[in-house]
This record gives sequence, C-alpha cells and structure tokens, in this order.
Amino acid sequence: MNSTVLWYVTRASGIVALVLLTATMVLGLTTSARARSRNWPGFARQELHRRVSMIAIVFLAIHVLTSILDTYVHIGWASIVVPFTSSYSRFWVGMGTVALDLLAAVFVSSLLRSRIKPGTWRGIHWLAYGCWPVALAHTFGMGTDAGEPWVIALGASCVLAVGAALLQRRRATSSRVAGRSTGGPEPDAGRHPVPTASLEGAGRGQ
Amino acid sequence: MTTVRITIDPVACDAYGYCAELLPEAIVLDEWGYPIVDGRPLPADLVAAARRAARDCPRRAIRLTLKSSAG
Amino acid sequence: MGNDVRQAPPRGALHHLLGHPTDLSGHIDAHGPLAVALGRHESWQAALGANLEASGLLGRGGGGFPSATKLALARAHGDGGTLVVNGMEGEPASDKDKVLLTRAPHLVLDGAQFLAAACRARRVVVCVPAGRDGVATAVLHAISERSSARYARVSEVIVRPPDRFVAGEESALTNWIDSQTALPVFRPDKGVPLRIGKRAALVHNAETLAHVALIARNGPEPFLARGMAEEPGTCLITIGGAVAQPGVVEIERGTPLRDIVRLGTPVESFQALLVGGYGGSWVGPDDFGTPYASIPLRAIGAGAGVGVIIALGATGCGVAETARITRYLAGQSAGQCGPCVFGLPAIADDLARLAGGQSDPGLMTRLQRRLGQVNGRGACRHPDGAVSLVRSALSVFRADVAAHERGEPCGQWHRPSPLRFPGPTAR
Repeated sequence: MNSTVLWYVTRASGIVALVLLTATMVLGLTTSARARSRNWPGFARQELHRRVSMIAIVFLAIHVLTSILDTYVHIGWASIVVPFTSSYSRFWVGMGTVALDLLAAVFVSSLLRSRIKPGTWRGIHWLAYGCWPVALAHTFGMGTDAGEPWVIALGASCVLAVGAALLQRRRATSSRVAGRSTGGPEPDAGRHPVPTASLEGAGRGQ
Repeated sequence: MTTVRITIDPVACDAYGYCAELLPEAIVLDEWGYPIVDGRPLPADLVAAARRAARDCPRRAIRLTLKSSAG
Repeated sequence: MGNDVRQAPPRGALHHLLGHPTDLSGHIDAHGPLAVALGRHESWQAALGANLEASGLLGRGGGGFPSATKLALARAHGDGGTLVVNGMEGEPASDKDKVLLTRAPHLVLDGAQFLAAACRARRVVVCVPAGRDGVATAVLHAISERSSARYARVSEVIVRPPDRFVAGEESALTNWIDSQTALPVFRPDKGVPLRIGKRAALVHNAETLAHVALIARNGPEPFLARGMAEEPGTCLITIGGAVAQPGVVEIERGTPLRDIVRLGTPVESFQALLVGGYGGSWVGPDDFGTPYASIPLRAIGAGAGVGVIIALGATGCGVAETARITRYLAGQSAGQCGPCVFGLPAIADDLARLAGGQSDPGLMTRLQRRLGQVNGRGACRHPDGAVSLVRSALSVFRADVAAHERGEPCGQWHRPSPLRFPGPTAR
C-alpha cells in the first residue's frame, strides 16, 4: 500500500477515533447524570455508550495499524503497547500508546465485568478520565493537522462537549448527595461518627 | 414449572431506573426513583426482558431467583 | 462429668436474671462451675440444643427469633466460627443490656461459652459501643477475671463498634467485625448464616445469652415454670416516660402491660404506651391489659420488640413525640437504601408539619403513600420500625391527629420532650 494513502488513513482514522471517543465520554457522563427523557431511556443511552466505544476502538485499530505499516517513518510494533519506544516522535506517539493502554484496560475490564468485583470494575473504568485527555493531547501534539482551523475547531468542540457533560454530572451528583445527607449519613457511617440529621426539613421530599 | 422472581438489592441500587424502562409491566419507580417489585412470579413472556434488565443494571442490583415447583 | 452435663435444678431454683453476684467467685458459688464440653461432643451439643428447644427461648434483642433454631443453623455451617455477644443496645430508651452486662456479666459470658461450645466456635467477641465506657470496663474486668482463673474455655475479647442505631443490627455487627463498616448487609436468604471472614458467626443479644446460661445449667424447667405456657420465661424491660421510678425491671412473659408500668409508679394517668422501643408501636388504653408476649401483642398490631415500655402522660402529645422519634430514626439511617434515606426524612418532615399545626390538605395521603412505599424496602428492618411506629400513632392518637390536621397546635411541640435522644436534642 502506498505510503501516502496509509498516511492519510492514519490521520483520518485518528481524528474519527478522537471524535468517537469524545462521544463515548459524553454518553458515559450523561449516563450517570440520570437525565430522564421519554425518547432516550437510560438503558438505551448506556447501550449507545458501549457501541460507540466499540466503533471508536475499530477506528483506533485502523489508526494504529496503518501508522505501523507506513514505512515512511518508523514506528515499531512494540510501540502499540509500550509507550515512548518509537524512534519517530517518541513523546507524542508515546502519549498515543498511553491512551491506547488505558482504553484497553477499560475495554477488557468491561468484557470481564460479571467476573470481577464491582468496585474493581469501577476503579478501572475511571481510567477513562485519563485516557481521553491523553488522546486529545496526542492528536494535537503529533502536529500533522493540528494547525488546520477545522481541526482546531473540532478539538475545541470535543473539549466543550466533555466539559459540559462533566459539569452536568457534577450538578446531578451533588444534588443527589444533598438529598441523602438530610436523610442519613454518607455510606462510610461505620468509620466516622455522624451528627444526627438537621431538623429543618421544610420542602424536601415533597 | 420454573418460576422466576425479581429481587432487588436495595444497598446496591442507585436509582438508575433502567430496570423500570425495560420492564415497566413488573417494575415501577417510587417518587425517589427506586424500583418497587411485588415479588410475584414473572409471566413467561417477561422473563427475557427481566434477564436484560439484570444484565444492564449498572450496579448489578437485580437478582433473578429461579424456583422449580413440582406440579 | 459424663455426657449429661445437665444437673438437677437446685431445689426451689427460680429462673431470674437480676440479683446474681457480679464477681466471678460469687458467680461460681451461686451457679457452679462452667461445665462445657469442647470439641466434637455431639451428644452434649445435642442435649443443649434440646434444652433450648424445650425452653422455647426467643431472642431478646428485638427479633424474637427462637434461639434453638438459630443455634441449629450455626451448628450446621461449620466449626471455627465466632460467637458474637450483641451488647450494642442501640435503642436509646433501653437500658437492660447495660444493666445486665454491668451487674451479671458472667451470666452473659457463660451463655456465650455454652453456645460457642455447642457450635464449635473458636472465639467469643463481646460488642459494646464506643463511648459506653462504664459497661466496657465492667465487661473487661469480668473477662480478665475469667481468664486469670482459666474459667472460660473459648477465648473472650471485647470490641467497640461505633455507637449508632443500625450498628447493632446483627449483619452490621458482623460486617464491622469483618471489615470495619458498621452497615447492614442485604440478606434475602436468612438460611445462609452470617460470616466473619470465611467462618460462620452467631450473633445473640446479651440478655438472651444470660437466659441460655441458666437453661444450660438448670435445664428448661425453671424457665418454663415462669411466664406463660405459650411464651415462658422472664425478660427485662426498661420502663420510662411519665413514671417516678424509671429503670430496668425483670418481669414474667405474659404480664399485662399496665401491671408492668405500675412497677415504675406512674406519676399521672397515662394516655398511651410505647411498646418495643422507638421502632415499636403505640398502644392505646383499650389494650393496656394485653399480656406482654409476642402473639398477644401482634394481635393488637404491636410487637414485643426490644424490652422497652414508655408511658405517655396525660399532658403529653403522641403526635409530637412520634414526630421527634421519626426524625431521630431518619437520622440514624445507614444511608444505603434509597427508600429509607429519602423516605424517612420525608415522613419526618410531614409529621413535623402536623405536630406544629402546619398541615396541608394532601399531607395524610402523602404520608400514607410514603409509609407504604418505605415499608420492607430496605436491607434491614430500620425503616419498618419507623413505619410501624407512625402507623400505630395514626391509629392510637386518631383524635389528636385530626385536631392537628385542622391546624390546632398542642404546645407540646415547643416544649422539651419527655423522651431521651442521644446527641443534640430533637425539637
């Protein structure tokens, strides 16, 4: 295959993977926010989150394969999983490897979800919070198309989308915690003494 | 005949509500978003949806208990 | 000693818990040595089980579960487990376990030794809440007396879980001993025993164990000789409220409620009794003659619960006190299950409005709906206790509820409560 073709495919599939990864993040964050909607029930959003993540992985695979098969610059097979071992653009390719490693951990843990402890699964899933920004950094750090206005606009939109989803999740979780704290102590009641509930109860739970 | 019943682990449940979306005939949500099940055996046509609800619950709070009763 | 360790009961032996010597030597003089058979002593263990079964002893920690059945379950699930002495007494109105552990710790510990030997447990763990240092000191002293005299057969230790209402629930207790989290565990199948680590755990209330110690030594006859035929024995009750002499008394099962309250010398005529503690039920004047036993109490919509009877004086307000208790119970939720975490405060809010004369037209409907929604939907019975309290209040104080609904306050809501609550006082 022609090196130029490979190069274009690498760049294109990388950007598509980033967009899909962003969509996965947004869907994952709004799953937790539990926003109820008639047309988009929660279980459907969760299903979509899973499927979009798998498509992202497919594009990521294309991105990685083409970048290695492209002989114009040397990126060894080992660089798929071992970060900072590529002779070409060691740091930024390495960042890409880190993102891939984190994503692989999340993916494998989800495949094994029924066999591992829920706490373990959640802990590993939180690696996604590391994966996405690293992937974003890799995209812009590699530099190839980073100067293009439309790529910058795309990157900015991704950041805004994830930022907005994060804020929404924060707001939803804190109102839930507030609701709980009028009623009872936080779940680690066994470890700390907790004062009895406040007596102002007007309006809540009505 | 095998009867299938839904049991919800109230400690694990975090009111995601997917179960009520998937199985509205058997699960309703209370005013705080937590599922209410009546403990009766599920009709056979709802068992598949119940399995899906158990699989999709993000907190793994749904258990399906199967009991075989002699005729 | 032989296989039959049961001695003939001393002549005139009366089964009772209070009034025994507190120190070890006095205890041994009064009751004889601790005759337990360790190891695989099937016949001795079976004999103990049979004695417990014959006595009909029910748990005195609130559950009222037959002790013989609990023992059989523990025996079936393997050796090397733990015998947990539940001295938590999270019910604020109850003092009986404190009294028992301070005045007759050896009786309680002996009961633990008998059951530990019967289910081949390898240790006895006594639970006294953090902060309750008087009781802990008494228990520690007793444990060290027993250990110096090599009196105890299975090792005894004391632990101090946090002082919270739900920490005394049996699965919360084993959870804490196992992993430092004093939170109840969801147990849909009670046939599976509690576990600490990989081994089984048998949890018993301190008073239950004291009864076991006497039944194991003297056989079931002295126990059967007291109380009712359907529910024999004695039990400890904490009397409180509008009485001149509150405190812990020992009564025979089946004693009518009003006779029990009379032991505390009521200061005024009382309009209602709270039976079973803060998670129990109110009982109205028509039922003051009810015998204190599970079946008669269940027939009037109450339950024996924890041995507590509180008299509400004529000047008190049942609605106000119920509102305060519900607020307390809401604050004591373990915080794990949505219906309890959200439901109890919502119910407490509405009761506070009612008590303060600020009812609204939808309040009763809302309250009834929530009571139905909260009942039975937690991992433990904490919300159920609150629901039974409120439901009984709505029935017993029907007239007061109607008055409050019309917006008439009673003044009691703004006065200090006759009930006691730990921590900052409830309104």
